[in-house]
Amino acid sequence: MISKLHDSVDEALADIRDGATVMIGGFGQAGQPVELIDGLIRHGATDLTIVNNNAGNGEVGLALLIKSGFVRKIICSFPRQSDSQIFDARYRAGLIELEVVPQGNLAERIRAAGAGIGSFFSPTGFGTLLAEGKETRTIDGKNYVLESPIHADFSLIKAHQSDPMGNLVYRKTARNFGPIMATAAKTTIVQVTDVVDLGALDPENIITPGIYVNRIVQISQEACA
Amino acid sequence: MSTAHTDAADRTNPRRIDHTLTRAEMAQRVAADIPSGSVVNLGIGIPTSVSNYLTAEQDVILHTENGMLGMGPEAHGEEIDNDLINAGKIPVTELPGASYFHHADSFAMMRGGHLDIAVLGAFQVSAAGDLANWHTGAADAIPAVGGAMDLAVGAKNVFVMMELTTKKGESKLVDHLTYPVTGLACVTRVYTEVAVFDISKTTGVTVTAIFGDTTIDSLITLTGLPLVDGTTTTPTTGIS
Repeated sequence: MISKLHDSVDEALADIRDGATVMIGGFGQAGQPVELIDGLIRHGATDLTIVNNNAGNGEVGLALLIKSGFVRKIICSFPRQSDSQIFDARYRAGLIELEVVPQGNLAERIRAAGAGIGSFFSPTGFGTLLAEGKETRTIDGKNYVLESPIHADFSLIKAHQSDPMGNLVYRKTARNFGPIMATAAKTTIVQVTDVVDLGALDPENIITPGIYVNRIVQISQEACA
Repeated sequence: MSTAHTDAADRTNPRRIDHTLTRAEMAQRVAADIPSGSVVNLGIGIPTSVSNYLTAEQDVILHTENGMLGMGPEAHGEEIDNDLINAGKIPVTELPGASYFHHADSFAMMRGGHLDIAVLGAFQVSAAGDLANWHTGAADAIPAVGGAMDLAVGAKNVFVMMELTTKKGESKLVDHLTYPVTGLACVTRVYTEVAVFDISKTTGVTVTAIFGDTTIDSLITLTGLPLVDGTTTTPTTGIS
């Protein structure tokens, strides 16, 4: 029987190499795979390009990864927040590269990568600084900007439940980027709160089919608290 | 349930009030102008407070772009669930009929024209309805856009809530933006403490309500724009 379960975070992350592009799920701390990020810091791969909605909050998770100096570039929609001091300091010191992408374009570029779309025209950002240098087109009187997919080597995401095949169910707004990031990477690694037996998840309610998931690590609720 | 397209009777707010509006009164006014049955996204900051004044009878469905329809009020005490937050990352609650979806779906429903109204803050709005609200343009500012550009081009109606003047007393309703653009020709209505403005491609900027000792002439002088006086005509929803 197929089992994508791994015994430890460190084992699941072992082949992430220097220079990799890594998508990290979560919107703020909801859905942020904190234990996988901690593992990535221990792993020590450098020169990473990170894709996330934000650029770290407080002194945990993504913020710590940035503080470690392992991140060369971040692609995100909203880096500047009241508690993004770690990113802010490194950015102002010229130690990290930033690509700001409107949130919906970020999501659609990730989706496009997973869906095999070469590029797409989005109305978002037309006429703004974020569309400078990009191809534009007027379609039926409306203006669009050509946007390209964002592919990743690895996606690190968090889900609520998984079966051994990697079929996933999320919780509430912690779903956010998980389902699309799972599709856009060569290798998707998921931390889940619960692993259930094969057949225990209702096939009608599975949000991410296991085809998109390569490795699963269980992190119990107690460990997250 | 009525729809956002037909519910003209909802526009019940008075056209003249003898004092300038507080932020709470502005939020109250925006809430009262939202037609029942609308699907609405409230931006981070002052626009969020509009939810305090929506009534159950209005049946407004709140969208939060991190992936939820049917968002309820802010969560307190034991209601707090860190997996259930709004776009401002504040813990919220879910109402009966709520649904969750991933980010690509959330922004697809925005761009796809399924949201009736977005209420946003602004640095500036132009007479053509261009919006500036994401970046001050200052050399040392760290740019951060979030969903602002997607909301600006996606929602069928974009309402702005802002004070009409800067701290220096300059109008934030302008002929041309001097701040970086968020979206072009997207704002349909502007609520301020001294007046409400409707923006239309065909008729330009119309003052639909006026507060305190403000006059149409004083607004024309302040903004430098050819404003239409709509404070004495029959109210319309101004909502498409």
